[in-house]
Amino acid sequence: MRIAEHRALAYRQVWRGSIVTTVLNPILFLLAIGVGLGTLVDDDGARTLDGVDYLDFVAPGLMAATAMQIAVNEATYPVLAAVKWIPTAIGQVATPLRPIDIALGHQAWIAVRLATSAIAFVAVMAVAGVIESGWVLTTPPVAVIGGLAFSAPIAAWSIGQQDDYFFPNLLRFVVLPMFLFSGTFFPVDQLPVVLRTLAWVTPLWHCVELVRGLTLGTASLAPSVGHLAVLVAYAALGVIWCGRAYPRRLTP
Amino acid sequence: MVDTAALVRARGLTKRFGSLVAVDGIDFDVAAGESFGFLGPNGAGKSSTMRMIGCVSPRDDGELSVLDLDPDHDGPSIRGRLGVVPQEDTLDTELTVSDNLLVYGRYFDLPRRVIRERTEALLEFTRLADRADDRVEPLSGGMKRRLTIARALINEPDVLLLDEPTTGLDPQARHMVWDRLYRLKQRGVTLILTTHYMDEAEQLCDRLVIMDNGRIADEGSPRALIERHCTREVLELRFADFDELDRAATRLDELPHTREVLPDRVLVYADDGDAALAAIHDTGLQPASTLIRRSSLEDVFLRLTGRSLVEA
Repeated sequence: MRIAEHRALAYRQVWRGSIVTTVLNPILFLLAIGVGLGTLVDDDGARTLDGVDYLDFVAPGLMAATAMQIAVNEATYPVLAAVKWIPTAIGQVATPLRPIDIALGHQAWIAVRLATSAIAFVAVMAVAGVIESGWVLTTPPVAVIGGLAFSAPIAAWSIGQQDDYFFPNLLRFVVLPMFLFSGTFFPVDQLPVVLRTLAWVTPLWHCVELVRGLTLGTASLAPSVGHLAVLVAYAALGVIWCGRAYPRRLTP
Repeated sequence: MVDTAALVRARGLTKRFGSLVAVDGIDFDVAAGESFGFLGPNGAGKSSTMRMIGCVSPRDDGELSVLDLDPDHDGPSIRGRLGVVPQEDTLDTELTVSDNLLVYGRYFDLPRRVIRERTEALLEFTRLADRADDRVEPLSGGMKRRLTIARALINEPDVLLLDEPTTGLDPQARHMVWDRLYRLKQRGVTLILTTHYMDEAEQLCDRLVIMDNGRIADEGSPRALIERHCTREVLELRFADFDELDRAATRLDELPHTREVLPDRVLVYADDGDAALAAIHDTGLQPASTLIRRSSLEDVFLRLTGRSLVEA
């Protein structure tokens, strides 16, 4: 908790810029891809999207993908910075805090960031008339869990890094392909079977499906519980990994 | 508690990193109110020892008790009663001076009101009061170090651990830090510090151990160590060139004094430096320059290990 408080205090310095990004991002994305690209797609007939407008289809997908991006950003450089460039975590382990407290505190702070962004997204979607179901109110928590499914394992990986050499590769070879091929912009049914299977393994696909189902009111119980379980499992395994990786780095 | 037992007690304390034995079975005790030092060169095992005392590095062997508790089981409660000034600054440079104290104090679960009161006093004590609302980033090295000391005192610790408190500071900043630490010592705060500066150890430590290669070479007060291993004075001789130095080294064999031949000079240990110098002149040696000085912990270290404390 104290760590989250610390991050919040640090965040005060940059919140203006950050709030603008948080709200402006969904607006720009929805305009460009939803409305711009959507016009072309919808003209062609929406047969592959089950009769849903492209804007309606892509908006929840973008919401989930944005959660992933925030999670990845917060779980890479800031985590390594805290042991390397501005070694605040080294100072923190000298206090009653344990390494796992530091890990959980940071994840708690990431959860706050994810929630703020998700709420902003829902607001923009409401204005854009995308929302078809009251279940949309459950999407911010889902986006938070979907984000933690990334941030917890990635933080555990990041804390063990000696420098930031591998971060760009994580973005290039993991995050970007997921962003493009996990059902954010088009249904994964369109993919060849190998890629489709890969997509099913990614936390992003589960998050996209769940958020989309809840926003458009098309979700049914069993798959939703399944998606949620996968996301929770990723986050939980990430926390367990943090429980090993943080002490190894902070209290050798 | 009227118990005057050791605040820190180590027996056979050992730390390994892979095949490297960083701390090799050392014994020591630190009493309440004492100012205790680990003196040694880089890589002697001082910082590893400090990290074990600070409960941020588990020991691999031996016994260790800190404040009568076992770091393996009671790490958080021990750390709650320690103040730590690490070797590298770990301040949040993006926050202000007082916010650094605020977040750190919160880690100890102190109420904000208490932190505010203490912040004022501590910034006064470390002479940073006028910088309270400035960001940390542009502060000088000495100011950051003083802020780190203020931060370490926010929980009113029973023991203050300082790992190389003045390394990397310019002389003026060092004296400022020493002065503050000396005042803490006067107030009865228990200090445990590592240093590779002899003058620092002599100024601040009531008692110290000399560490080398993970082992304790000797232990005592600065004065006692000097008396045990050294003469009262040291005569430093420099020669025109290396050949001359070699010749001189052989020639000095004729004299009764113990000596140490270093790459650039010869040290001759003597209770009376002037008399020794006269004797040397009598042998016909003509050093390029001579210096008679009081012996210091540097000489003790040299006598104990055959090496200089600070590599030239």
